[in-house]
Amino acid sequence: MTNKHTLSVLVENKPGVLARVSGLFSRRSFNIDSLAVGETENPDVSRITIVVNADSSPLEQVTKQLNKLVNVLKIVELDPAQSVQRELLLVKVRADRAQRSQVLETVELFRARVIDVAPDTLTIEATGNPDKLDALLRDLEPYGIKEMVQSGLVAIGRGSRSITTGPALRAA
Amino acid sequence: MTRPTPESLAHRATPATVAAAVNTAPISVAPVATTGAGALVRSLEALGVEVAFGIPGGAILPAYDPLFDSKVRHILVRHEQGAGHAATGYAQATGKVGVCIATSGPGATNLVTPIADAYMDSVPIVAITGQVGRPYIGTDAFQEADIQGITLPITKHNFLVQTPEELPRIMAEAFHLASSGRPGPVLVDIPKDVLQAQTVFAWPPTLDLPGYRPTLHPHGKQIREAARLIAAAKRPVLYVGGGVHKAGATDGLRKLAELTGIPVVTTLMGIGAFPDSHPQHLGMPGMHGTVPAVYAMQKSDLLVTLGARFDDRVTGQLDSFAPDAKIVHADIDPAEIGKNRHADVPIVGDARHVIDELIAAVSATAAGTEQYAAWWSTLNDIRDRYPIGYDEPTDGTLAPQYVIERLGALVGPDAIYCAGVGQHQMWASQFIKYEKPGTWLNSGGAGTMGYAVPAAMGAKVAKPDTTVWAIDGDGCFQMTNQELATCALEGIPIKVALINNGNLGMVRQWQTLFYDGRYSNTELGTHKHRIPDFVKLAEALGCIGLRCESKDDVDKIIQQAMEINDAPVVIDFTVGKDAMVWPMVAAGTSNDEIMFARDVRPTFEEDDL
Repeated sequence: MTNKHTLSVLVENKPGVLARVSGLFSRRSFNIDSLAVGETENPDVSRITIVVNADSSPLEQVTKQLNKLVNVLKIVELDPAQSVQRELLLVKVRADRAQRSQVLETVELFRARVIDVAPDTLTIEATGNPDKLDALLRDLEPYGIKEMVQSGLVAIGRGSRSITTGPALRAA
Repeated sequence: MTRPTPESLAHRATPATVAAAVNTAPISVAPVATTGAGALVRSLEALGVEVAFGIPGGAILPAYDPLFDSKVRHILVRHEQGAGHAATGYAQATGKVGVCIATSGPGATNLVTPIADAYMDSVPIVAITGQVGRPYIGTDAFQEADIQGITLPITKHNFLVQTPEELPRIMAEAFHLASSGRPGPVLVDIPKDVLQAQTVFAWPPTLDLPGYRPTLHPHGKQIREAARLIAAAKRPVLYVGGGVHKAGATDGLRKLAELTGIPVVTTLMGIGAFPDSHPQHLGMPGMHGTVPAVYAMQKSDLLVTLGARFDDRVTGQLDSFAPDAKIVHADIDPAEIGKNRHADVPIVGDARHVIDELIAAVSATAAGTEQYAAWWSTLNDIRDRYPIGYDEPTDGTLAPQYVIERLGALVGPDAIYCAGVGQHQMWASQFIKYEKPGTWLNSGGAGTMGYAVPAAMGAKVAKPDTTVWAIDGDGCFQMTNQELATCALEGIPIKVALINNGNLGMVRQWQTLFYDGRYSNTELGTHKHRIPDFVKLAEALGCIGLRCESKDDVDKIIQQAMEINDAPVVIDFTVGKDAMVWPMVAAGTSNDEIMFARDVRPTFEEDDL
């Protein structure tokens, strides 16, 4: 069973806030699996999506510690069943003439896209949840992965409700 | 296209909140042209700051020019660490925000220790540091240090000011953050060119802290649940920490204790929150706590925790701490609840509100105090058999415990006692009777050697009509005694009881107990070589220096010091090096393993329970 939890952290869009958040994780000995940050529909507010690997009690502690940061506005844990979770993957795969069609077949199968072509490689872009991207990588591995880069996970709740309008999650 | 503005994020503190942050009645100032430095000093004035401790230097220099004409008293210290601890002592003695000022680079980094100290003990201080000019930031400029980055983990919040216009708002926010909720240190780093730039100052500013909403009022359901557990408990203990002081809840605590008849223990930071002379007071829990306090917690079936945080020095080995106790944990900081020990009834709120509401709820259930008769009979037995005490040294040396006991007896409960860190600190917590809040100041969480002299200086500035005694060790004293020069020149007549055992005493005690008496690097030479000669050192620093080497002279010399009120006094009490602090729970072991004295384990009548 996995202990991964996805936290959406709304913060003031100010210099140094990311350092406060990431520094808190390391100094309180919490492990971050992935972290992604960007602006929201409100330019004063940034949204940090953090995937942490923790039991429920340490998770509660990390949430409380994050809430103590003055620049943190709101924290919501996103239930995987009630949210859409995506990562972006760019991968450069060895694909000479003999292999190219097979690689393209895999790309097709995973609804990924080729974004750059060289005589002996293809660069592929794929988005999806972490399981899908892992499966894609497994299938591409035999051809030879020359280079890859992955974004942190971003996630948003399903349905019409928005976490940026609900009541703030501050209490213990 | 218009962007949606989430309502929940549009919260803005009203100007009324500024009033809560300041030390005096709110004032208003019409817009006036000035510099960033002028705006800084005017903000300090508007915030009701009476005194600031600091040292000027290149980057902060512009601020010292308007400060020269200000009604804010600036006390020029000898080391920035002294400024930080003085601000802490000032804040602990008054509950008001203490202010310290330093320049960039090494000036700012010298504040790091007192900031960390204030963070661990939740003391409201604001540290103002100069920074190199904005164009130089990040270039490794002369006296540049990233003090915002350095103090990120040890401040409640910190600011790097970007423009002179935001200075008044940031100063008001800094004071509000430092003093409200769980108090703590806040640092404001100001680039030199921001101080020099022209701006317009107006007051009051509007605070902009949308993510900061401390919970003061506890949840009624949790209070009722706590009252229910209290009514059902057979062996409850009120476990009281520093939060009760900070909330000004000591009167309420006494009411609650007397209403319920529950025994009280006060932690190192809670000392003075409940009178030591009160029959319900069992003393301090923890590593050097009293046997009855430690025993009561271990055997308790309900710990009513008020503004305390299950620190490792209190709990000992966590797994075996108070194994049968249900936990009611009230704290203003939600992150403290459940951090070390699971709380059966978590209560987030200010200790004063929590205690007031508990009193109301407990009165409603009205269980009466008789239900704890069996509990009290056990505790009284333990208390009679294991009082705090010490053995008279057999080698003819002066017992440090005797000195501290006599000091407390002669000086009395109205003075402020301010301890360093180590054996003398523990003896000062054990052998002086504290009856009033705010009379015991020390460095609890951080354990900062060197805290006592500058913190006593800050406390004396805050309470000039109160006698302030620093109780320091010869190791601690040599870390910060330079501030005695400040005291002598600025007319701050503190008194220092130097418990001089010639050694780093607490470390030596551990070497005696756990390292086969191998005294590696704990001998300081203050006995053997009399280096330094503390009497001469005191005199060189503009103080009166006295020495006491025999039991017969202790009272006389303390009285002599008590009669001197126009200069700081230092008494070098030359005491034996082999005295040890007892009782003791060795680090990492269970509180059940408490030792009453060396090789003396208390015996408990298990049948009593």
